[in-house]
Amino acid sequence: MTWGQLAALAGLGAFHGLNPAMGWLFAVARAMQERSRPVLLKSLPPIALGHLASVAIVAAVVSATSSVVAANIVGITGGAVLVVFGLWRLLSERHFRWAGMRLSSTQLAGWSFLMSSAHGAGLMLLPVLAATPVAGAHAGHVAASGPPLAALSGLGAAGLHTVAMFAAMALCAVLVYEFVGVAILRKAWFNMDRLWAAVMVGAGALTIALTA
Amino acid sequence: MTRWTPDPTFYPTPRDAAGAPAEQLAYVAAFDRSAERPDAIAVVDTEPSSDTYGRVVGWTDLPHTGDELHHFGWNACSSALCPAAPHPHVERRYLIVPGLRSSRIYVIDTKDDPRAPRIIKEISPDEFGASGYSRPHTIHCGPDGIYVSALGNATDGGGPGGIAVLDHTTFDVRGKWEADRGDQFLAYDFWWHLTRDVLVTSEWGTPDMVENGIVPELLLGREYGHRLHFWDLAKRSLTQTVDLGDQYQMTLELRPAHDPSREYGFVGVVVSVEDLSASIWVWHRSATGDFGVTKVIDIPAEPADTEDLPPALQPFGAVPPLVTDIDLSVDDQFLYVSCWGTGELKQYDVSDPFHPVEVGSVRLGGIVRRTPHPSFPDERLAGGPQMVEVSRDGERVYVTNSLYGSWDDQFYPDGVGAWLAKVDVTPGNFTLDPKFFPHGDEFRGLRVHQTRLQGGDASSDSYCFPSA
Repeated sequence: MTWGQLAALAGLGAFHGLNPAMGWLFAVARAMQERSRPVLLKSLPPIALGHLASVAIVAAVVSATSSVVAANIVGITGGAVLVVFGLWRLLSERHFRWAGMRLSSTQLAGWSFLMSSAHGAGLMLLPVLAATPVAGAHAGHVAASGPPLAALSGLGAAGLHTVAMFAAMALCAVLVYEFVGVAILRKAWFNMDRLWAAVMVGAGALTIALTA
Repeated sequence: MTRWTPDPTFYPTPRDAAGAPAEQLAYVAAFDRSAERPDAIAVVDTEPSSDTYGRVVGWTDLPHTGDELHHFGWNACSSALCPAAPHPHVERRYLIVPGLRSSRIYVIDTKDDPRAPRIIKEISPDEFGASGYSRPHTIHCGPDGIYVSALGNATDGGGPGGIAVLDHTTFDVRGKWEADRGDQFLAYDFWWHLTRDVLVTSEWGTPDMVENGIVPELLLGREYGHRLHFWDLAKRSLTQTVDLGDQYQMTLELRPAHDPSREYGFVGVVVSVEDLSASIWVWHRSATGDFGVTKVIDIPAEPADTEDLPPALQPFGAVPPLVTDIDLSVDDQFLYVSCWGTGELKQYDVSDPFHPVEVGSVRLGGIVRRTPHPSFPDERLAGGPQMVEVSRDGERVYVTNSLYGSWDDQFYPDGVGAWLAKVDVTPGNFTLDPKFFPHGDEFRGLRVHQTRLQGGDASSDSYCFPSA
């Protein structure tokens, strides 16, 4: 991984963390409900964990596949999947559906996993993961040790991404809970879904361009 | 089409919502009792500086007859900001309007011309029936769909009644909501404590118990609803049922606290068969975690001469208050109680929900009194304050006067008429607005039921964030 790729993974993590729908708002709501800062802080790790699981699955699969299949095939196929998924997100009016708000930590992690998966959070890392050169000396070493180790490097990427996501999420949650208040949502809750979907289509096209 | 920023009528907390700008229009359900002409949504101008203030300024006629419009609601509301399944970029623009008698549901778009809303979709009785239900009643914009309560089953006019869910965006009928209904059979109203995953339902009667009028044998036999049901909103299953006692006939309107950190609410009981009184109860969490109910307001019947009473009431020699609707202000400070029989709208300070204090009263109509509106002192009014709607800032209260076609005819046999009144609320003041009284021919001979205010009102939205 180059510094540029690491920065991209972290940047996407921060982007995911900023989205109120990805979890920090849920943490804030739970804390406001109980009038308790500890509830806020305790809600964040399960949300990050659910996000990690969702992203890690995609990252591990992509990295492991890249180690045994020509990287450009993975890149082109993955890029196409990403474009299609992005267009679907952009054009479909479907909302994530979930009725409950009183969740245990485990359920909260599950909620975060589903929310992240439904939004294709892991797919968004594809350009970074697929662009990791498999023919290079370092990557060649990974390839030589086969899919398991390559998958591990994918997990590492997902981990870094999630740390950045957690940092952005925690910052938003604490700022809104302690200082700003939820009224900010009325003006500042930008339609991330639309932007998100557009980013996906762009990332997919970029992946294809880079690997074709 | 979604928006870039949240719909400006969505508010995270009740306090934010109470600071909302005043409504400029009100939408009123209007129906033809004879079922010969189409029902309609009437649009009323509520902007005081307007030339047409207090007048009907628009009509949306329906394509069918015999719907009997009753309650209706918005496609989306402040619950769209709830963090478990947020969709804050949808618009509050469609009125979901059920025909209580026909089981048809209309989706009406208010966006392009708010004074001339357009029907964009019809859900046929058969389509709605696919949920297993008929006679759709209450609409609430839920976290994961639009919830519709219904009085009866889809086959024979009996029970069980329950809740159906419509898709948020297509408005297609998704199906029955309940996974496990236990012994719940009668249905009427529902609402929820969203952040607690609690849904509450009340009981009236099945279609065959109500559609041809109140049935005295059923009433005296204590057969109408007298229970409240508490459900797990996430698991869609019945968790607890509380019986108020079978003399308390018809537990109708449910008004939970808007503050999502509180778990209490008010329910109105139409009539006690023991003394014709009406009552208001509070449901609340007890120390054990179960819900309990406590009666907090009793409204006695008023004695009357037999010749002043309709045949249905002559054996009793008294007018029952008939509390048919209640509404709780967005700040949870005031409860408004409609006494449709005696012709009175009462205002209670319920800042302590267990000890309400009556602080205001307005009289209009009534079975015996027929109190006129101050601006039309020569017109004796039929009907009484019935559906009551409070503006988000709590400063204006709107009341219409029809209860339900066949019941209107029993209690006001000489005709119920049609009127919409507005009460202005300021601290220590609760008085009728002399300039606002659309009535009679203004409603084209239709009767008027629920009022909905543009941008939302005190019974339309749920909030997931407590006011700090």
